[in-house]
Amino acid sequence: MNFGRFFRSTAGIALTAAFLIALPFVAAMGGQAWVRILDFAILYVFLALGLNIVVGLAGLLDLGYIAFYAVGAYAWALLASPHFGLHWPIWAILPIGAALACLAGVVLGSPTLKLRGDYLAIVTLGFGEIVRIFLNNLNSPINVTNGPQGITLIDPVSFGAFKFSGTTQIFGFALSGPQKYYFLLVALAILVIIINVRLQNSRIGRAWQAIREDEIAAKAIGINTRNLKLLAFAMGASFGGVAGGIFSAMQGFVSPESFSLIESIMILAMVVLGGMGHIPGVILGAVLLTVLPEVLRYGVGPLQMAVFGKMLVDPESLRMLVFGLALVLVMRFKPAGLWPSPERKRELQETGK
Amino acid sequence: MDIFLQQIINGLVQGSIYALVALGYTMVYGIMGLINFAHGEVVMIGTLVTITVAGSLIKAGMPVAVAGLAGLMAAVLVCMALGWALERVAYRPLRNAPRLTPLITAIGMSIVLQNLAMMIWGRNYMTFPSLLPKMDFEFAGANFTLIQIIIVLVSAATMGGLLLLVYRTKLGMAMRATAQNPAVASLMGVNINRVIAAAFVIGSALGAVAGVMVGTYYEIAHYQMGFMLGLKAFTAAVLGGIGNLAGAMLGGILLGIIEALGAGYIGDLTGGFLGSHYQDIFAFVVLIVVLMFKPSGLFGEKTGDRA
Amino acid sequence: MSANLPNPLLEAKAVAKHFGGVKALQDVSLTIRKGEIYGLIGPNGAGKTTFFNCMTGLYVPDGGGFVFDGAPLVADAPDKAAARGIARTFQNIRLFGNMTALENVMVGRHVRTKAGVLGAMFQNAATKAEEAAIRQKAIDLLHYVRIEERADDLSRNLSYGDQRRLEIARALATDPKLLCLDEPAAGMNGTETEQLRELIDGIRRDGTTILLIEHDVKLVMGLCDRVAVLDYGALVIEDVPAVVQKDQRVIEAYLGA
Repeated sequence: MNFGRFFRSTAGIALTAAFLIALPFVAAMGGQAWVRILDFAILYVFLALGLNIVVGLAGLLDLGYIAFYAVGAYAWALLASPHFGLHWPIWAILPIGAALACLAGVVLGSPTLKLRGDYLAIVTLGFGEIVRIFLNNLNSPINVTNGPQGITLIDPVSFGAFKFSGTTQIFGFALSGPQKYYFLLVALAILVIIINVRLQNSRIGRAWQAIREDEIAAKAIGINTRNLKLLAFAMGASFGGVAGGIFSAMQGFVSPESFSLIESIMILAMVVLGGMGHIPGVILGAVLLTVLPEVLRYGVGPLQMAVFGKMLVDPESLRMLVFGLALVLVMRFKPAGLWPSPERKRELQETGK
Repeated sequence: MDIFLQQIINGLVQGSIYALVALGYTMVYGIMGLINFAHGEVVMIGTLVTITVAGSLIKAGMPVAVAGLAGLMAAVLVCMALGWALERVAYRPLRNAPRLTPLITAIGMSIVLQNLAMMIWGRNYMTFPSLLPKMDFEFAGANFTLIQIIIVLVSAATMGGLLLLVYRTKLGMAMRATAQNPAVASLMGVNINRVIAAAFVIGSALGAVAGVMVGTYYEIAHYQMGFMLGLKAFTAAVLGGIGNLAGAMLGGILLGIIEALGAGYIGDLTGGFLGSHYQDIFAFVVLIVVLMFKPSGLFGEKTGDRA
Repeated sequence: MSANLPNPLLEAKAVAKHFGGVKALQDVSLTIRKGEIYGLIGPNGAGKTTFFNCMTGLYVPDGGGFVFDGAPLVADAPDKAAARGIARTFQNIRLFGNMTALENVMVGRHVRTKAGVLGAMFQNAATKAEEAAIRQKAIDLLHYVRIEERADDLSRNLSYGDQRRLEIARALATDPKLLCLDEPAAGMNGTETEQLRELIDGIRRDGTTILLIEHDVKLVMGLCDRVAVLDYGALVIEDVPAVVQKDQRVIEAYLGA
């Protein structure tokens, strides 16, 4: 079955649209918490597809992606909260957040992109930690980030008088805050999917893939590898910045804790686990890795109570344990990811693996 | 001046621990080109095993020295077994996979080990038993303890032992040959599987020793302690030129000293704007700066791309 | 001795390169003229590939330099060399393995096209037209090297001979003035070598100058207009095949005197 063609057919579009529209209402039956989980799943789809440009297309191993997300999140938090008494509108902050994240990407990328892959991984990882440490400590002598307490009372997304927080009545429907964000996020995710697809099949996207496959050969046919790598890095960073802004507004609260290394690893895992460079695979990876841990979180406790009559293992640690094991097992048995691109899948079958 | 000397001493102690851990990273990387992200967790498990073994022996009335040695032995054995199992179960099946695959596996194993440790030892900080008498010395206005001296001496001895192993034994020769060129080494009759397993086992043993020393030094341990330690030790290995044993040792000590001096002087340097809680950024700033100017590390060989 | 030949396309001027104490190239000067097939031969380790890498910008020469099509070549900038019109293949084939054969050739058009990120995102008319032209040119080139039926296969799944052809098609996609082939016949059987000979001859007839590094002396002597011989990094002789074949120094170099 060709999914690409299915999603482009009229029936496919109608079905997908109906599903996406119905989803937050179905989820709401289990409580608004599930709608919020859904929101995060889509936010992670957005983030993962941003990282996919860097890792999946250009083959640059970025372990500090969350730093760019943090830059976007703090940009929003500082420009739209009582912390500095600023309440700028979305059309100003979101581009500023994206631009700052992009700038951070260029500043980090320009000296480091000539490094070998593994070194790049460790440098980006270090960069992510530096950003987090600064967020944690830039509360004195001048209070910029408010340190570990983070910033609260952040403005929600709003267009004019239409706010995304609280419940609104539209055409007789009551739409909750998380449900409104859901539709905003779906719109953004569709946008980033379109951008990903178009980039992948473009002159620039092919050049990125060429760099990923063989940098020397790419140079030899006239590709300016340095500039193109920087472009991929900066684009991925900008997407991270936008996602961070939305995250900040949606939560109403940010603190350095949300931007730890494990988050970077999580997003990378979504890209790799799903099927690196293959857009449907990345989406699947993002949804699975956001929703499954929540299912575990809510499911494991009651299940243990029912079976053993007491809590044997702390659900939180079991959640991470399962996540770690999943990484190991998928790499062992499906190295191209759960849903690899058709070409790669065919090739794996041909080599009899 | 006394602050300077004091920080050099502190840095040397911390640096010799980094060096021991860095050796584990560099050996594995040198032989199979893998960043074994789970190595920091091996160190952590070494510390926690020692707490359990030495702690319960002391409680049972054993002399502290005996209990401490038993704890060290137990940690070394457990970590060696763990290193061997990691290689055998997680990495060996991926020997010919694309580079990203084993790296993700390593990250996965790191998460698994951390959470297993939390299930076994709990999520609270644990007190490390005092294995060495508390004695203070003073030299030129700087203070240091018996523990610090012993840490530096044990590290030096362990590293010396490793160098003898690598440069004076048949196994060491096989390891060096594999690092140069696995295909040729295997044609020459080197059993690659054994060499790689040995690198993991030896590296883990060094990690266990480092783990015990970290515990003795800070007297506290936690299931998440391996992560930052591992990260910095890896940074030290890269700093010295990854794959290079002497580089890892020097890189570790250098990093320890830079960090200590940085923490001691950052306040003065930035006019009080940044305080010593920025200590952790030095490792990464130094790493980025070194790699910018010497992409193969301070003591690494230049590995050019061949057309 | 090669100065002042008519119609020079590439002039190497006293190019020197050493690795540590090893002199891989010692003041090599030679001239490739427009429209010819120029052979570069020599025993293993004579410096042929080093010369190639210096010329295509992968290595920085320690002395001397190149003049290409009337202007000096910048060292250490392979992408600029390609933009100027020098394309190459590699001794140990370097294709983009996880991309299809067609995509490999399409990447080759990179340097002659200009759509950017914004064009790709908004799919304006100019970008679409350029994309269609890239695709058409790539298809034409696959036909040209006769592997059009493998267009949608991943390049790493192609047979050895087809991979060699694909690499040539990718190089041709950059519209080169000078096509450099690094041992294209290595590992080929008689039939394949003969087909390759025809392909190279055809490319020259269609107007591209060719520099050929090759071990197969028979192929070189039969195909090339002029031949240069390198030995221990130094130029031994540069002349027409008939003269080179009879040269005592060349015979000695090959027999290992």
